[in-house]
Amino acid sequence: MSIAISLRNCGKTWPGGARGLLPIDLEITAGETLVLLGPSGCGKTTLLRLIAGLELPDDGGAVLFDGREVTRLPIERRNVGMVFQSYALFPNMDVAGNIGYGLRVRGTPKNEVKQRVAEMLEMMQLTDFRHRRIDALSGGQRQRVALARAIAPRPQVLLLDEPLSALDARLRDQLRQEIDALLRGLGITAIYVTHDQSEAMALGDRICVMEAGRIAQIGSGRDLYHRPANEFVAHFIGDANKYTVMDGETILRPEELCLRPNPHGAFNITRVTFLGPVLRVMVRHVDGRELRADVPDDPSLQPGMRVDVTLRRASPTSLESQGLGVGASIILD
Amino acid sequence: MRRGIGFWTGLCFTLLVSAFLILPIFASVIAGVTANQFIGISSGFTTRWVLDVWVNYGGTVLLSLQIAFATLAITLVLGVPAAYVLARHAGVTARLVEEALVMPVAVPGLATALGLILAYGAVGGLRSSWVFILIGHVIFCLPFMLRAVLAVLLAIDLQRLEEAARACGATWAQRFLGVVVPNIRGGILAGSLMVVTLSLGEFNMTLLLHTPFTRTLPVGLADAYTALRTEMASAYTLIFFALIVPLLSGMQWVVSRMDQPGGSR
Amino acid sequence: MHDRLRAGLLIAPALAIFLAFFLIPLGYLAVAGGAGGYSAILTEPRFLRSLVSTLLVAAATTVITLFISTIMGLFLARVRFRGRSTLLALLTLPLAFPGVVVGYLVIMLAGRQGLIAEVSMALGGDRIVFAYSLAGLLLGYVYFSIPRTLLTLMAAAEKLDPRLEEAARSLGASPFGVLRDVLLPGIAPALAAAGAICFATATGAFGTAFALASRIDVLPMVIYTEFTLQANLAVAAALSFLLGIATWAVLAVARGASGGAAA
Repeated sequence: MSIAISLRNCGKTWPGGARGLLPIDLEITAGETLVLLGPSGCGKTTLLRLIAGLELPDDGGAVLFDGREVTRLPIERRNVGMVFQSYALFPNMDVAGNIGYGLRVRGTPKNEVKQRVAEMLEMMQLTDFRHRRIDALSGGQRQRVALARAIAPRPQVLLLDEPLSALDARLRDQLRQEIDALLRGLGITAIYVTHDQSEAMALGDRICVMEAGRIAQIGSGRDLYHRPANEFVAHFIGDANKYTVMDGETILRPEELCLRPNPHGAFNITRVTFLGPVLRVMVRHVDGRELRADVPDDPSLQPGMRVDVTLRRASPTSLESQGLGVGASIILD
Repeated sequence: MRRGIGFWTGLCFTLLVSAFLILPIFASVIAGVTANQFIGISSGFTTRWVLDVWVNYGGTVLLSLQIAFATLAITLVLGVPAAYVLARHAGVTARLVEEALVMPVAVPGLATALGLILAYGAVGGLRSSWVFILIGHVIFCLPFMLRAVLAVLLAIDLQRLEEAARACGATWAQRFLGVVVPNIRGGILAGSLMVVTLSLGEFNMTLLLHTPFTRTLPVGLADAYTALRTEMASAYTLIFFALIVPLLSGMQWVVSRMDQPGGSR
Repeated sequence: MHDRLRAGLLIAPALAIFLAFFLIPLGYLAVAGGAGGYSAILTEPRFLRSLVSTLLVAAATTVITLFISTIMGLFLARVRFRGRSTLLALLTLPLAFPGVVVGYLVIMLAGRQGLIAEVSMALGGDRIVFAYSLAGLLLGYVYFSIPRTLLTLMAAAEKLDPRLEEAARSLGASPFGVLRDVLLPGIAPALAAAGAICFATATGAFGTAFALASRIDVLPMVIYTEFTLQANLAVAAALSFLLGIATWAVLAVARGASGGAAA
């Protein structure tokens, strides 16, 4: 049912010389949801389209489905389900027509198509909309139709290209959860492209952070957050303060810092912003370096106050080895 | 809404020019059914002239319609696939091909017709056949069909629609006929109405390409007219309008439907 | 590769027809002129005169038409009123008329028994007849040029950002100033495009002059008479070829200048 995907030495150079993707090796296990995360232009969509069969990798690249080489196979024959950023629903068909399209073009008998479409409509809670024209649908409804259409022919892998980016924040949250439940329920191999870090964390078994055509780091959300491999990942996922300890560098997340008012403290509060869940406080050391701390709301913290900065809890790995535990004062040297 | 001097000048000007453009049409229509043009409407209405025209020139109307629909059929078969190719390819070659196919519009009908006569006039059966006129009409009308369909193809997200269809497993034929064509119906219709209208009214080329046995409506009209049979010419013009006006209204309607949020249906 | 092959097959029929029935005939046309034809054009003053008349008529038509169409286009694009779409439909009707019909309508308006003649007589003056002179010819040419240019200019006027105009007015510009500094520059590409189409069409127009049996010898009329009455194929072919190249060149330049807004 669901398959493992391998990419060997896959790069993509556009006519004209621009490098969309540098040669990449990637192994995706069957049933996992892999999120391709990165800023625009990083190559994540290109990578998705290579797996889909909409683009050919440069010479020497190979795409394998369950060990079988599919590099030369066009998308029509790869049996993938694809959800596009703009949904790309067919305006000339109604909802049922769109959902059943993949089955119809494969010659599935009519009553089987009807049955499967009904299943999909129910799964997506669209049963009342079966005969609606697609321009009469809201953004969220179109998204569901796009998903249903992609899943109806029972594809081996599901490919999603920023499916939520066209929706407003509230709807996005809601649909994100629905998609998450859907992907887990189906147990299908899924590759999900997004530039939104929180979406990646919510949906991905593993997250593949990309930058300028290459993979910056691949791993679980925790791996990337607490053990970023490089500065790009550190700054792309979550906010980061760079902190130099002795001869090493490490990353301190804003929520790991505590502030304690101290008239002789080494840090000065420069700006305070109330964000709702946290209070964002910018502090500046006497030597000019700045740190950002996200702390629980405290109206007494004001710009101009002198404070001490301590560690709220032990950070895994890197800081322990530097000899810093809970409550340790942050001293910049 | 600014109702200043600019508005009123604009309005008066527009109304005057509109009158200039529209009144003669009505005058001509009325003349076509007036018993005595010189006396005016007071002489009473008659269908005599229209019947005269039908008796003398009826064949031209039928031939014009025949050529117009044949032109339509051919331009559809040639033009829709060509527009599709041009919409899908962005390179220099595609632009050059587009330039080439649109060229006949830029060249006066007289020149095109003369060229056709020089090149193929000696081919016996062809020269005296209505097909000779048909060829000229197809060459002239194809760019219009091409442009109308191309405009709609470029307005829809063609690439994504095709990719979505391909992702669902459709072959080229399935997606062209099942997804592409249904979504450009408006453009095809607009192009079709345009082609039929242009073909019915084509004169410059047809005047050189015709023979006494293959006369189209505009050619017959010019003939009636130069023979100084003004009443018949008026009635003839009336018949022409009767054919053209529904077609043009149709075009307006199609275009206005396409501009609505309903899209390029 | 598969894709390219299919593209080639789909467009081949159209290209084949184009080649066989347009390009090749044009080639014949170019060649049929021969040394005799082309030299005759240059030496006989009649042809040169005709060329000059044609260009002047086309130029005058373009200027008048653009003037009228710009005012009307700006007005109609910015004002909504009941019956607007009907008016537009009526105004674009002449697009479909062959030149002969237009010539005929000019006669209905300005001929011996025309509207203007009747009105002028009723008002007590002389019968005003000008259908068969230069004025009549221009009238006809402007008649079929207005619908052609009106739509292009209206479309351009509709795309103008109203905020630019508002900015100008907020800075103190009078309506005329707004017209001169914001509106006209805004539709300049469309003006160039429409002007070029108008000029090219007027240069190649035939039916109207034919119907009006005009005293002014426009080039298409000369070509026609040389071919049908004088059987002077060489000259007719040479003139046609040159005319074709000239109109095509005008449109190509306009297309380049207006960034694709033209033909």
